[in-house]
Amino acid sequence: MKYIKLLLIIPFIGMIVCLPMVNRIEPYVFGLPFLLFWIVFWMILSSVIMAIIYRFDPDNKEGEAE
Amino acid sequence: MNTSLIIIFAFALFALYLGIRSSRGKDINLDEFAVGNKGFGTLFVFLLIAGEVYTTFTFLGGSGWAYSNGAAAFYVPAYICLAYVLSYWLIPKVWRYSKDHHIISQPSYFASFYKSTALGIIVAILGTAALVPYIMIQLKGLGIIVSEASYGAISPAIASTIGAVIVTTYVIISGMHGSAWTAVVKDIMILAVIIFLGLYIPYHYFGGIRPLFEAVQATQPEKLTLADSGFSISWFISTVLLNALGFYLLPNSFSVALTANSEKALRKNAITLPLYTLLLLFAFFIGFAAIVQIPGLQGSEGDLSLLRLSIQTFDPWVIGVVGAAGLLTALVPASVMLNSASIGLTTGIYRVINPNASERKQLLLSKILIVVIVIIALYFAVNGSDALAMLNILSYAIITQLAPGLLFSFSKKPLLNKYGVIAGILAAVAVIFYMSLTGAKIATFFPNVPTFINDISTGMLALILNFIVAICVSLLTKSLVKEKEEEAVLQQSPAQLEETSITK
Repeated sequence: MKYIKLLLIIPFIGMIVCLPMVNRIEPYVFGLPFLLFWIVFWMILSSVIMAIIYRFDPDNKEGEAE
Repeated sequence: MNTSLIIIFAFALFALYLGIRSSRGKDINLDEFAVGNKGFGTLFVFLLIAGEVYTTFTFLGGSGWAYSNGAAAFYVPAYICLAYVLSYWLIPKVWRYSKDHHIISQPSYFASFYKSTALGIIVAILGTAALVPYIMIQLKGLGIIVSEASYGAISPAIASTIGAVIVTTYVIISGMHGSAWTAVVKDIMILAVIIFLGLYIPYHYFGGIRPLFEAVQATQPEKLTLADSGFSISWFISTVLLNALGFYLLPNSFSVALTANSEKALRKNAITLPLYTLLLLFAFFIGFAAIVQIPGLQGSEGDLSLLRLSIQTFDPWVIGVVGAAGLLTALVPASVMLNSASIGLTTGIYRVINPNASERKQLLLSKILIVVIVIIALYFAVNGSDALAMLNILSYAIITQLAPGLLFSFSKKPLLNKYGVIAGILAAVAVIFYMSLTGAKIATFFPNVPTFINDISTGMLALILNFIVAICVSLLTKSLVKEKEEEAVLQQSPAQLEETSITK
């Protein structure tokens, strides 16, 4: 679990690398144009990913021992 | 005096009262003043970091960008979200080093890590150069919001001045505690106001969110995607990356990170903050609604789209509450910025000139500096200044140039030394000023580059140059640093030498 923090790269890939493919209006998702939906989707997913990392992050356990 | 002005004044007085009261029963020393003695729990740190996001920008710029530039506005939540993702890894490390070395400001962090007072001074100057225009924008925004929301009963200049007096008073009395307590009220207010407006307006005028966007698509479809040039995809990507890096390098964000009482509080915040940033969406809804409802606002008038559309839609008492929320969104960030700019100057420069200054003297100087900075910012907010407006655009580009120095301070074997970091920063800042003053873009030097390269932001180019210079200079001066260290060892007393050899 030492390398769990590497998961932090995923939001960068989703938000930045995929951008040229999602720069369009349709389809609408939840009433949002697709580009806006995509960014919102990754904002939520970023939180989820960090919550998972937090759960398994050995650094947080060290904190408890102190 | 009309209804909305009375409501705005009531909230202004309440903020002042809360800000002053927050330090009651505490002995405010330099540490308490600057970073709340590194004792704030998850909630306060959360509200203070979120305060950086929900500034007057939410009220004016968020909807204004959507109104004037459409989808380009999405860069804001995108970079803020990625800044939090980055912070999960980055900020606990900064906090740990600062805690171990009793550091309360960004300039001291750099000066301490690279053992260079010169670097500390450079960082203090860059930090102030980035913050003063920001404070100016807050005061100016405050003036515009209060003036509009009071139906012109009070002029922007007077509103800005009153705001400046309030914020200066409680920052001087309570330091960071004042910011934290007013942040509580501010966030409740802005949450309520922005969600209400962001839902009510689309449903009232269009019957829903999707109909709103379809109406925009019918009139101005180009506002819903990124353009082919100008605010293009490569502009978006380079700006988002640059700002995500720069976010925690702004001295005020840096200070707020240091107020935390544990690394865990910082990590927990990183998890929830992207969700909180989703609120910006509601500001965008209002901006897009204004495209259809009140077309024709030109240039910077676009920033008024939220207020103008609200005034057209609601009774004066609602506008009063909106104005009060706008007022608070200016006061809280301005207070944190004032605090960290003055502490940065005190610890980064004054301590170097006068190392034996007592803590009381340093605190007194910080408070005097707050007054000086506020007067400068207020002067330019009222009178307008092209130079400061330009500095504000450059703030992120400038402050992000501290990134190589910060990022390499975490590696086990330090790859950069002080010469490299300083050379990199100076080279990058020179490029930024040159390109902005002359309006040069990459195409100026290489006329044949494709648009997607030409749209890369100036700050990002400077940052790439910065990394290259920093690494090259560090490698070239490696032997120089080693020699100096050896000299230092030779000059030590025999007893100290023995000590070093034992530890080796």
